[in-house]
Amino acid sequence: MSRGRPRVGPLARTGDGTGADALDVDALIGDPATRIVVCCGSGGVGKTTTSAALALRAAEQGRRVVVLTIDPARRLAQSMGIEELDNTPRPVVGIDDAAGGALDAMMLDMKRTFDEVVESQASGDKAAQILANPFYVALSSSFAGTQEYMAMEKLGQVHRAAEADGTYDLVVVDTPPSRSALDFLDAPERLSSFLDGRFIRLLLAPARGPARFMTAGVGLVTGAVTKLIGAQVLRDMQTFVAAFDTLFGGFRARAERTFALLQADGTAFLVVAAPEPDALREAAYFTERLAEDAMPLAGLVVNRCSAVPTGAEGPDGAVLSTDEATTAATRVAKRDPVSVTAGLLRLHADRARAVEREGRLVERFSAAHPDVPVVAVPALAGDVHDLDGLREVGRLLADG
Amino acid sequence: MSDWPDVRLHVVTGKGGTGKSTVAAALALALAYGGRDVLLCEVEGRQGIARMFDVEPLPYEERRLATGLPGRRGRAGTVHALHVDPESALLEYLAMYYRLGRAGRLLDRFGVVDFATTLAPGVRDVLLTGKIYEAAKPGGRRGGGRAYDAVVLDAPPTGRIVQFLGVSSELAGLAKVGPIRSQSDAMMGLFRSEATAVHLTTVLEEMPVQETADGIAELREAGLPVGGVVVDQVRPRDLGDEHLAAAAAGTLDRELVAHDLRAAGLAEEADAGLVDVLLADGRDHAVRRRLEDEQRALVADLGRPAYELPRLAGGVDLGGLYELAGLLREQGMA
Ligand SMILES: Nc1ncnc2c1ncn2[C@@H]1O[C@H](COP(=O)(O)OP(=O)(O)OP(=O)(O)O)[C@@H](O)[C@H]1O
Ligand SMILES: Nc1ncnc2c1ncn2[C@@H]1O[C@H](COP(=O)(O)OP(=O)(O)O)[C@@H](O)[C@H]1O
Ligand SMILES: [Mg+2]
Ligand SMILES: [Mg+2]
Repeated sequence: MSRGRPRVGPLARTGDGTGADALDVDALIGDPATRIVVCCGSGGVGKTTTSAALALRAAEQGRRVVVLTIDPARRLAQSMGIEELDNTPRPVVGIDDAAGGALDAMMLDMKRTFDEVVESQASGDKAAQILANPFYVALSSSFAGTQEYMAMEKLGQVHRAAEADGTYDLVVVDTPPSRSALDFLDAPERLSSFLDGRFIRLLLAPARGPARFMTAGVGLVTGAVTKLIGAQVLRDMQTFVAAFDTLFGGFRARAERTFALLQADGTAFLVVAAPEPDALREAAYFTERLAEDAMPLAGLVVNRCSAVPTGAEGPDGAVLSTDEATTAATRVAKRDPVSVTAGLLRLHADRARAVEREGRLVERFSAAHPDVPVVAVPALAGDVHDLDGLREVGRLLADG
Repeated sequence: MSDWPDVRLHVVTGKGGTGKSTVAAALALALAYGGRDVLLCEVEGRQGIARMFDVEPLPYEERRLATGLPGRRGRAGTVHALHVDPESALLEYLAMYYRLGRAGRLLDRFGVVDFATTLAPGVRDVLLTGKIYEAAKPGGRRGGGRAYDAVVLDAPPTGRIVQFLGVSSELAGLAKVGPIRSQSDAMMGLFRSEATAVHLTTVLEEMPVQETADGIAELREAGLPVGGVVVDQVRPRDLGDEHLAAAAAGTLDRELVAHDLRAAGLAEEADAGLVDVLLADGRDHAVRRRLEDEQRALVADLGRPAYELPRLAGGVDLGGLYELAGLLREQGMA
C-alpha cells in the first residue's frame, strides 16, 4: 500500500480542491432568496437531525424559520417542544435570537392533513361522509405513500401562508422515513394516479349505469377483487369513490402546484446519506432523478462519518496509515500484549481504515456526480437530542 | 449447542439500518452446517441478499446461494435464497386459487395488482408471509418443493413487524375473507409456536435500544415468540477497562506511549506529534465506549439472550459474513 495518509477521507477531501466542491451551507441559508430547503435521503441517515440543525442555524443567523419534522426521536421532539402531534407550528424555546431570527417547529400528522384537504375541498355533509368511510380511513392512514404526499401538501400550505402573511421567510422540510429517497417524489403521483386511475373508474362503472363498460374482462376483474378483498370492502370503496369523484381534480391540481413549487428558484434540496454503499447508491439515484425533474439540488450531506477526533488531526508526519498503524501495534504488542500503546495504535488503524473506506465511497459518488457539492458531517459520540447537539451538527454542516 | 434447537423459522427484525440483513445472512450461514439446508428470505424488494453475496439479482424462486460455515466435523450445509415480491406472490396466489391465467395479467393491466399490494398492506403482508410459511411449515411442502432444516427471514423493521406477521386485528377488513383468511390462521399457528423465534438487531445507541425494548413489548403483547437480541456493530475493545478511565480523563502515561513508539521504530513520528494524536484517539474512543456501556446495561435488562458482533472497520464483504457467522455460532445463536 502507498503511504496514503488517513486524512484522505471524507472530511479532508471536501476541502482539498480536488473532485467535488465543498457545500457551503451558510451561503445557502444566508441567501434570502432561499425560501424552501428539503432534506431527503433513505431512512435513518439523519434527515430529521439535519433539517432541525439547519433550521436552528438559519434562525440563529437571523432568519424566520419553520421546520416541518416527521417522526423525530422522542427526546429531540421534547427538546424542541413538539411532542404533540397537532400539525401546528410552535415556537422553539431557547434559541439565540440576537440576530432577529425565530424558529417554529411542528410534527406532521398525516391523517389530519389528509382530513383537512378533504374538508377544504368538499362541503360539510359530503366531507363528513368521506371522512367516515372505512375505505378512506384505511387509505388515509396506510396507503404506501400517503405520508410523503401529505408532507408535500403541508409544505405547500405552510409556504403559501408564509408568503401571504410574511410569518416565515424560510421553510425547512424533513421527509418521511421511507425505504427509498425516491418515494418522496413518486408518492404524490402514485396516489393521485391511483385516485383517478383506471381501476377506480372501473369500480365506479356499475354505479354509473351504462352497462357498456361491463365487458367480460371487467366482470372477471371485479369478481376477482371481490373474492380477494371481500364484497363489503368493495362496496365501501365504491361509495368512497362516488363521494370523492368531484374532488379528484382538486387533488391533482394541488399535487401539481406543489410539484411546481419544488422546481421553483427559491427551493433547494439537500440529499442526506450515510457513508455506506446502499445509502450513497440511493443518493446517486436521487441526484439523477432531481436533475430529470428539474429540481434544484444544493448538495450532498454525508452524515455520521468516522470522525478524526479533535486533537487527532495532527501534522502530516504524525498520522499513520492503516497498514503502518497495524504493523506498529503488532510490534508493540509482541513486547507487551496488554500495552496501552498497542491498543491506541489499533484504534488509530481502525479509524484510519474506516476513514479511507468512507473516503473512497464518497469519491466514487463525486466521480459520477462532479457537480454536486458535498459536505461530510462526523458522527458525534452520542445521540443528538437537544439544541446544543443540533447547534453542534449545524456547525459541522457549515464547517465541513 | 444452539440456544434455539427447536426453532425452524428465525425472523430477524430491528430498527432500520441496525443490521437486520447482515445478521440474517450471517445467521443463515451459521445454521448451515453438517449437511443442513437453510433458506434465507427477503421480502422488502431490495435485492440486499444479492448485493451482500455478490450474485445476480434473485428471481422469484429459490436459488442456491452459498455453502454454509462448516461445523466441528468440517461438514458444511447449503444456503438457498428466496426473494419474495408482493406482485409475483399475488399473481401466483390468484393462479393457484382461482386458476386465473389470462385474467391475472388483465388484473395487472388494470392496476389491481398494484392496488392490492400497495393500498391494502394487510393483503400484501399475508401474501409475503404466506410464501415464507410454505417453506417453513411443519411437515414439509406440498408439491415436493425442497424441505429446509431452517428458514431465516430478513424481516421488516420493528415498527412494522407485528402487523407484518399478521397479528394486527385492524386490517380494516381487507384480508378477512376467502382463502387468504383460512391460510392466515394456519400461518399464525406457526408464527406463535415454539418453532419460530423473532430476533431483534440493535446497535448500542439510545434510539435503537429503546426501539428494541418497545419491539419486545409489542411482540409479547401479540403473543409472538421473542428470540434473542443481536447487538451489531460493537466498537472494538482495544483498550482494557483499566485504561479507559485514564483515556477519558486524558491522564494516560504520555512518556510510556512515547517510549513504546520509539521502541517500535516510530521515533520520528512520535516527535512530530503522534503521541497527541493517539491520546486524542483514545479519549474519543473512551467516551464512545462509556455511552456503549450504558446501552449495553439496558440491553442486559431486557432479559433476552444477547449476542454481540464487532463493527468490521472495512465494511462487510463475503468473508466478513462468514466471520460474523462464526461469532454467532461461538456465542450459541446457531
Ligand atoms: N458488524 C458490522 N460491521 C461493519 N458494518 C456493518 C456490520 N453490520 C452491518 N454493517 C453495515 O451497516 C449497514 C446497514 O446494515 P444492514 O443493511 O444489514 O441493515 P438493515 O437493518 O438490514 O438495514 P435496512 O433497515 O435498511 O434494511 C450496511 O452497510 C452494513 O454493511
Ligand atoms: N452527526 C451525527 N452524530 C451523531 N448522531 C447522529 C448524527 N446524525 C444523526 N444522529 C442520530 O442518528 C439517529 C437517526 O437520526 P434521524 O435524524 O432521526 O434520522 P432520519 O430522520 O433520517 O431517520 C438519531 O438518534 C440521531 O440523534
Ligand atoms: Mg426522520
Ligand atoms: Mg436490510
